[in-house]
Amino acid sequence: MTPVATPFFFYLLSGLALLGGILVITRKNAVHSALALILTLLALAGLYLMLYAPFVAGVQIILYAGGIMVLFLFVIMLVSIEKSQREDQFNKQWIGGLVGAVALGALFVRVFVRSKALHDLTGMPMAQLPEQSNTQEIAVYLYGNYMLAFEIASLLLLVAIIGAVVMAKKRI
Amino acid sequence: MVPISYYLVLSGILFGCGVVGFLIKRNIISIFMSIELMLNGVNLSFVAFAAQWHALSGQVFVFLVMVVAAAEAAVGLAIIIAVYRNRETLNVDQVNLLKL
Repeated sequence: MTPVATPFFFYLLSGLALLGGILVITRKNAVHSALALILTLLALAGLYLMLYAPFVAGVQIILYAGGIMVLFLFVIMLVSIEKSQREDQFNKQWIGGLVGAVALGALFVRVFVRSKALHDLTGMPMAQLPEQSNTQEIAVYLYGNYMLAFEIASLLLLVAIIGAVVMAKKRI
Repeated sequence: MVPISYYLVLSGILFGCGVVGFLIKRNIISIFMSIELMLNGVNLSFVAFAAQWHALSGQVFVFLVMVVAAAEAAVGLAIIIAVYRNRETLNVDQVNLLKL
């Protein structure tokens, strides 16, 4: 099977993801931010496909773009956006934000430049994981090595369901 | 083939976007979306490393991160609705009951 992971697709998808990410933090309207975030999520799903992870890509589209973002949009519609839009969208912490971003960027650049292991990796070709059996292998991991984590995750979801209902309801 | 470092740079930039949004936004829903952006940046690096090392544990971790993100979004949005019902605002600077 010839790999579809050509540089063109990488640059296209990463450009879309970056565009969405920048729009998320610059738009004043929360609905526009949410739509830009959906663009980022879909582009990331495409990148997951390029990295031989079709299961994660599917879950990304179904759970993130289809589930969580719809929840976000519901809540944005539920609270009145006209009123909150008249309020200031950005706070006066430009200095703090700038310092935080520069410090984080410097940390990332330093780790990226200094890590010898990463530079050894750059020339190495990426392993081609078998795509056909990807879901099956993840299931084996999930129900084998990560059984406890899986069970805890299900318990966490149960707690989240109950907590969401208890907190969002007016009178129990 | 695109080397793994490109994916890591993209993931770092997405995480940085999330951090900046978290710091400068006032609307609580936008802050929440910035957190989702950060989680997605981390997920991308997980999947990139999984592809590099031929280890599927990274993809399992991404699945678990998504579960936690879903739970967090459900509870967090319920809290947002409760806050909006009580205070009639989404501005985090006006939710300052605990401030001295």
